[in-house]
Amino acid sequence: MTMRSEALTMTKDGRLSAMKARFFGPTARQKLLAFASLVLLLIFFSFASPVFMQIDNILGILQSTAVNGVLAIACTFVIITGGIDLSVGTLMTFCAVMAGVFLTYWELPMWIGVVAAIATGALSGVVSGTLIAKMKIPPFIATLGMMMLLKGLSLVVSGTRPIYFNNTENFPMISQDSLIGLALPNLPIPNAVLILFALAALASVVLNRTALGRYTFALGSNEEAVRLSGVNVDRWKIAIYGLGGSICGVAGLLIASRLNSAQPALGQGYELEAIAAVVIGGTSLSGGAGTILGTIIGAFIMSVLTNGLRILSVAQEWQTVVTGVIIILAVYADILRRRKV
Amino acid sequence: MTPLIAIRGLSKSFPGVRALSDVQFELMAGEVHALMGENGAGKSTLMKILAGVYSRDAGEILYDGEPVSFSSPRAAQAAGVGIIHQELQLMNHLTVAQNIFIGREPRRLGVFLDEEKLNRQARDILEHMNLQLNPRAVVGALTVAKQQMVEIAKALSFNSRVLIMDEPTAALNNAEIAELFKMIRELKARGVGIVYISHKMDELKQISDRVTILRDGEYVATVPTQTTSMESIISMMVGRTLTEKPRAENATPLGDVALEVSNLNCGPLVRDISFTLRKGEILGFAGLMGAGRTEVARAVFGADKVRSGEIFVDGAKAAIKSPQQAVARGIGYLSEDRKRYGLATSMDVESNVVMSDLGKFLSLRFFLRKLAIRETVTKFINLLDIRTPSATQEVRLLSGGNQQKIVVAKWLVRDCEILFFDEPTRGIDVGAKNEIYKLLRNLADRGKAIVMISSELPEILRMSDRIVVMCEGRITGELLAKDATQERIMQLATQRETLNAA
Repeated sequence: MTMRSEALTMTKDGRLSAMKARFFGPTARQKLLAFASLVLLLIFFSFASPVFMQIDNILGILQSTAVNGVLAIACTFVIITGGIDLSVGTLMTFCAVMAGVFLTYWELPMWIGVVAAIATGALSGVVSGTLIAKMKIPPFIATLGMMMLLKGLSLVVSGTRPIYFNNTENFPMISQDSLIGLALPNLPIPNAVLILFALAALASVVLNRTALGRYTFALGSNEEAVRLSGVNVDRWKIAIYGLGGSICGVAGLLIASRLNSAQPALGQGYELEAIAAVVIGGTSLSGGAGTILGTIIGAFIMSVLTNGLRILSVAQEWQTVVTGVIIILAVYADILRRRKV
Repeated sequence: MTPLIAIRGLSKSFPGVRALSDVQFELMAGEVHALMGENGAGKSTLMKILAGVYSRDAGEILYDGEPVSFSSPRAAQAAGVGIIHQELQLMNHLTVAQNIFIGREPRRLGVFLDEEKLNRQARDILEHMNLQLNPRAVVGALTVAKQQMVEIAKALSFNSRVLIMDEPTAALNNAEIAELFKMIRELKARGVGIVYISHKMDELKQISDRVTILRDGEYVATVPTQTTSMESIISMMVGRTLTEKPRAENATPLGDVALEVSNLNCGPLVRDISFTLRKGEILGFAGLMGAGRTEVARAVFGADKVRSGEIFVDGAKAAIKSPQQAVARGIGYLSEDRKRYGLATSMDVESNVVMSDLGKFLSLRFFLRKLAIRETVTKFINLLDIRTPSATQEVRLLSGGNQQKIVVAKWLVRDCEILFFDEPTRGIDVGAKNEIYKLLRNLADRGKAIVMISSELPEILRMSDRIVVMCEGRITGELLAKDATQERIMQLATQRETLNAA
């Protein structure tokens, strides 16, 4: 393997070797591995149960991936910098609660509620980022603190009771209606899925084509070198956590819209599922490498697994066991791949 | 009398570098034998082979007249050859006793640690060494000197008969050095053979019996310390004939003062530093390792917090508190440790080259202008002759010389007028070195002001218009290129403040 990759670098034809690197390089290999696993799972479950490939079930899988997928996108940015964000789950809930405050308590128009949820997320992300960049609190601890703080705030603000969106008739539409279904009545893919894919495309552009994305990778690759290049490392780090937070705001809107209520006790545990999706998708926990596409594949692997095992009547307890095994295998694959290079 | 250690015909190569070639060395019981040579002469490599850290390519090592080959530091230690590295290898959170007996803790019932016995044994060793040290003290809370004593105690607890000390006084003050020397004399009296690696001439006079000099990985001579003058040792160390071309004269006369540093203080290794740098000039910073040259560069660049002093850029006072502000003033710093401080090695050539000035390549101040980036990067790949299959090659896959060029490109993209090159040719093969030299000269001729930090004297002499020499955080002298010789620089580089060179 080493021999071959060395031979690659010696190739005179630069474009050829760059192309090979793109398709067969280590990151690509992990992504292929994740994608192949997803396809294998799909094939396995469709043979194992006739119900699996039915349109309703597929739509269910898509719908159930949306929230975790969006949270995983938020985590992808942070994890590529070499950090971690444990607060995404409870932040999602807090954003949903804040949407409830604006829409139900204060009876403001829906777009204000949407903006408020996303702004709340961004603000919280900026706070996390500031704790990490300026006060030098390790990301794990800073976001663990934020996780608990936000959980408490959700309960305080809502008075520990769910907030229902009774004043905003259109609110459930955000997640549950289907724009695609209007055009193609046979394919009523819910908007939540549309939002997931749109957000993924947007995030991919940000990660690969903007300064923020470039610095996301650079921070994870060698933060000190970035600092010594004269880059304002703190500011970018805060911006990245802020971006992650605002994406959590979107997740908050999705889940609130699906439940037509903000459930203040919900949220804890979501962060671990999101991180699992990111890791299964090949993003390195030590930072510097990762893709949005991989994360989306990772999120689908998790929901297909859950859905398929449920259809096969595997007990809930065992589903959790299997998910755990998959996560460990995914990380081990990541370690193997790095050892080879 | 059979020597304790006899090394003959020892050779060792690392990929691309011949570190040692046919080297000999001898150590008697009860002798302090100093090992001297410039940075990179092969002293540490030789001792690491003796202590089982590296394996040898050729040659033999006799221990008590018997040929030996230690496969690991552990095997060497068990046989009685101990090494105390320049960077101490202690666990700061454990106690003195726990550190001494790490890996061979006495046990009860095979499972439970016997702390009582551990502390008792440690106390015995410390008392045997006449050391006032509590075995239960936490190592991290001790002074560096005391920590060093713990290292020595650890080595002696293996009943070491050979003790190798690599720059043991680097972090000690004078009182502590006196303490260490007392200890060395006691060990000597007990018949322990000590190899002492140091750059400090005055110390060698005080403590060593014989000196062996290495140069460029080759054995030069072994001489008795008392009857040999410092000057002749220095000339043996640097005595290589200059094979490189002499310094080319400046194509253009020097310009205005670009950078003036006055009375800069920052930690123990930047003490009252003042110098000026002109446009089109290459100012060499010479000195031994740990003299504070890198620290000066980092302080000027805003990477470390400055205690006092002023910096003027183009005659105007500049308050530089972060690398960001330094870069805004047109100062660039190329670290000696490229991989740690200069490059994001898992990213591609392109990302690294534009890292210091990404703002120039954005549309709407946010989106990367990929075509513009590619164009600029291609330009610099051609200009600096960076050998890479493409602009999207990961930097870690390139050679050291090409990596260095990428760091240079990074600062040229930013249009820095003042450039600090810290050991620009470290880890680079000879051919690539010449290219880096040419590049530096070119930059100077184009009016850039350059500080070049280097531990290689021929490089300093060849490249510099003017040379500043540092020793222990102070500037000990400034030489014009035409007045500078290796001997003169070495004298200044070893001119210590407190102990006068004998």
